[in-house]
Amino acid sequence: MSTVTDIGPGSSKPTVRRRRAWVVILLRAASLPRGRFGLTVVGVAVVTAVIGPFVAPHSGTASIVAPFARPSSSAILGGDELGRDVLSRVLNGGWVLLAMATAAMALGVAIGSASGIAAAYLRGRWDTVIMRTVDVVLAFPQLVFALLLVSIVGPTVWLTVLAVGFSHAPQVARVMRSAALDVSERDFVKAVELLGVKRRKIMAKEILPNLISPLMVESGLRMTYSVVIIAGLSFLGFGQAPPAPNWGTMINENRIGLVLNPWAVIVPAALIALLTIGINTWTDAVARVAIGIDREAETATLLEMPAVGGEL
Amino acid sequence: MSIRRSGARAPHPIVKLLVQRVALGVVTLWVVSVVIFAATQVLPGNAAIAILGHSATPSAVHALERQLHLNRSVLVQYGSWISGILGGRPGTSLVNGLPVWSIVGPAAANSATLVGLSGVIGSVVGVTLGAVVALRKDSVLDHTSSVLALAITALPEFVVAIAMIIMFATVVWDVLPAVSIVPPGTQAFAEPRELILPVATLVVVIVPYIFRMTRAATVEALASDYAEMARLKGLPTWRVLAVHALPNAIAPVVQVIGLSFLYLAGGIVVVEFVFAFPGIGSSLVSAVGNRDVPTIQMIVLVLAGFYVFVNIVTDVVALLATPRRRQPR
Repeated sequence: MSTVTDIGPGSSKPTVRRRRAWVVILLRAASLPRGRFGLTVVGVAVVTAVIGPFVAPHSGTASIVAPFARPSSSAILGGDELGRDVLSRVLNGGWVLLAMATAAMALGVAIGSASGIAAAYLRGRWDTVIMRTVDVVLAFPQLVFALLLVSIVGPTVWLTVLAVGFSHAPQVARVMRSAALDVSERDFVKAVELLGVKRRKIMAKEILPNLISPLMVESGLRMTYSVVIIAGLSFLGFGQAPPAPNWGTMINENRIGLVLNPWAVIVPAALIALLTIGINTWTDAVARVAIGIDREAETATLLEMPAVGGEL
Repeated sequence: MSIRRSGARAPHPIVKLLVQRVALGVVTLWVVSVVIFAATQVLPGNAAIAILGHSATPSAVHALERQLHLNRSVLVQYGSWISGILGGRPGTSLVNGLPVWSIVGPAAANSATLVGLSGVIGSVVGVTLGAVVALRKDSVLDHTSSVLALAITALPEFVVAIAMIIMFATVVWDVLPAVSIVPPGTQAFAEPRELILPVATLVVVIVPYIFRMTRAATVEALASDYAEMARLKGLPTWRVLAVHALPNAIAPVVQVIGLSFLYLAGGIVVVEFVFAFPGIGSSLVSAVGNRDVPTIQMIVLVLAGFYVFVNIVTDVVALLATPRRRQPR
């Protein structure tokens, strides 16, 4: 994808180039101190998760030391409940969590934006049906909703992704709807309507591109909560099936041996914390650039999007 | 020309709001009950086989089908389930055959203790911190606490809980119980020491939200003309804050406290599980693990009811806290 585009047909100087809006937002967010901090912190966790499986010294499922063995030269972070190498399990246990969280985020943002924009643009019966559905789903805690869905479909990886993604959708729909309400009333939308462009095309080609800022902020927030909820489900025992290493599962498996080998709990917990803190701090930087959270007018922003810097 | 007297007989705005919101709440709960029922009983094909597993004998499946009324039409099933709940007979647990209410009732009381204590302590701490930091806007304290609050809001509850256990119950200092050994069915107050870590975890989780909102709302109120006026009159800072700024910052703070209570309803699931606290959160986790459908249905309905209730209370209190809106117009 090209990062630069021409300024438009009206431009007399083709040498003047303008970057796409979302690239500008990302670059400016990355130049903020908190943006840099967030990226660095996420980077540590993501690199561990992604290259971990290739550098793990042992198999994540073979018992090589005594259960809850202290750190030694053969197992740098000691052993877990079954004497498996904690370091290898940590290195192997992040990528599935990361992949699941990303997929659930993408799904939630896609469903949520589509229904939010449809509700705002089509109004009438569509709006009522979509927003009442949103109200009903928002009448439960998100984790409880995900648990309810998992209790039906069982804790399979893909079904968990579907359940978590679906549970994200209402929040996204709400935010995108209120942002799309404004855009739908603008003149250029009226103009293409008069040209007889199909409504589906108007929503995708005219309205969506004007919602890049809230879309980016929402994606970041949903990513944080994807990690929180998917790791939480694994922690509660509704994640990947047992021998598979997973940061959330590891914390629960090894907390009975906390006194013997605390590293088996501390390291996966710290990596999850790095991931969520990093994504959230980065999202806060993006939000500051994209929708300009003014610290003087923070109350309104916090109430409208309590999710900025934290879900409620 | 309208006659003044007829205007005075219009319902008070709070009564009107209350009636509207309660009606909306009842409708929401009804729809939620349909969703819960549809989700847990209709979708998975044969719930009896799902519960018993594929190795179950046909007679066992048949018996369970009759217990769940699966042999009748969906509408009849829903009718008997909802009338059972409304009549105080929400069925029996599929795991131990006990009435669901005998499991959920005491657990709900324990959870209410947990949520109530954490919510109240968290609100007091959050509002105090927010007001204090608002007075020191743009100081090092302000910037540090803002970054810290941002970091803590991102942490999953189980990470906070595990950090608490590492700090206070095992590795660093071993001074508090790491798990509640309250037997199921007893009251949480019986062992106050065992409430400390679960409550502390939930307080840590909600304080950042309340803190941030109070800080932002107080900063806005302190920057207003009337606060400026009060300062110019020579009033001491604490008076400007307590008498002039805080009362005008209260409405958004009330709303964020309401949201925090909603958040707690989800937070207890993980926190109760970590500390083996006998509340509805840990009951829900074990019910999902055991596919104990009647218990899952009841607990989710209780949580949805709590949501509706908190939303109504929040709206009414926020209205009461906004002086210009509470007068009948």
